[in-house]
Amino acid sequence: MQPDNNPYLVIVVLMIAAVLFALTPLALAWIWSKKFSPRKPGPDKNAIYECGLESKGDAWIPFKAEYYLYAIIFLIFDVETIFLLPFAVSFTGLGPGAFIAMIVFLLLLVEGLAWAWQKGVLTWK
Amino acid sequence: MIDEGLRTELSKQGIFALKLEELYNWGRKNSVWPLQFGLACCAIEMIATSMARYDLARFGAEVFRPSPRQADLMIVAGTVTKKMAPQVIRLYNQMPEPKYVIAMGACAISGGPFKQGYNVLKGIDRYIPVDVHIPGCPPRPEALLHAFMTLQKKIEDQSLTGAQRPRHLDANAPSEFPIPRFGAHDLEPPNNPDVWHPPVAVRTD
Repeated sequence: MQPDNNPYLVIVVLMIAAVLFALTPLALAWIWSKKFSPRKPGPDKNAIYECGLESKGDAWIPFKAEYYLYAIIFLIFDVETIFLLPFAVSFTGLGPGAFIAMIVFLLLLVEGLAWAWQKGVLTWK
Repeated sequence: MIDEGLRTELSKQGIFALKLEELYNWGRKNSVWPLQFGLACCAIEMIATSMARYDLARFGAEVFRPSPRQADLMIVAGTVTKKMAPQVIRLYNQMPEPKYVIAMGACAISGGPFKQGYNVLKGIDRYIPVDVHIPGCPPRPEALLHAFMTLQKKIEDQSLTGAQRPRHLDANAPSEFPIPRFGAHDLEPPNNPDVWHPPVAVRTD
């Protein structure tokens, strides 16, 4: 095959052009900033921004993450509702198999809730 | 350097001959982002200026930034108490260069009606360099717009090289301004002598 009628050549050229199109302004801005906005660091400028006040202590403290368990339980029951609603709407037209499947699904989730409750997750400490 | 007459003729034909510096300043002056920062009643006028009726967005400055890291302009809008002054100066220090200050209203430029009080700073220009002062109590939004246009003019005229270049391009200029501490009776120091040059009353009689 001739190199000049390779069908992918155009795509390669366009890709290079696209990358250059994205990178050239960034490179120009970088070069410009090297010359015309030199870094001027300082203890105040590098300090943590806290609405102008001096920050007390370290800002990198672990945040109390208890809420995520509530969020997960909420999400599970949210999804449950999505399944329950169409089930309830078409309830009269469904056979006993669908009913048993839904009860199993519900029991699994209720079991999870009972487990979380028993673990004390629902009690805010 | 292009001849002024030739430049005018060219611009009439729709050809704009510019120096790179002028293009840069044109972009800079039309995207001055103020710090979202109000101290007292002047802030209400500042808010009014940014709203639809006065529309600061016409000047490219509607993007009030909630962080000094993204702001170019500090509008000191209101009374600067001595309790607040260190915070104002710290915020100014935390803004990236190039940065500008508009002192808005009688309080910010001189202490205003509280000048005789014990707890109000008699002008923020005692600690940080102010580019535009606006008198008024409070100044009307039009006055802030005028201050803004004055600042734009100033940015437009700033040369990137030479003795008049902006502070951030001067390696010897300070990057930060000292933050005063609460002393026993007053802020210490009471002013920054590098910045504040009080006018000397010349009496001729």
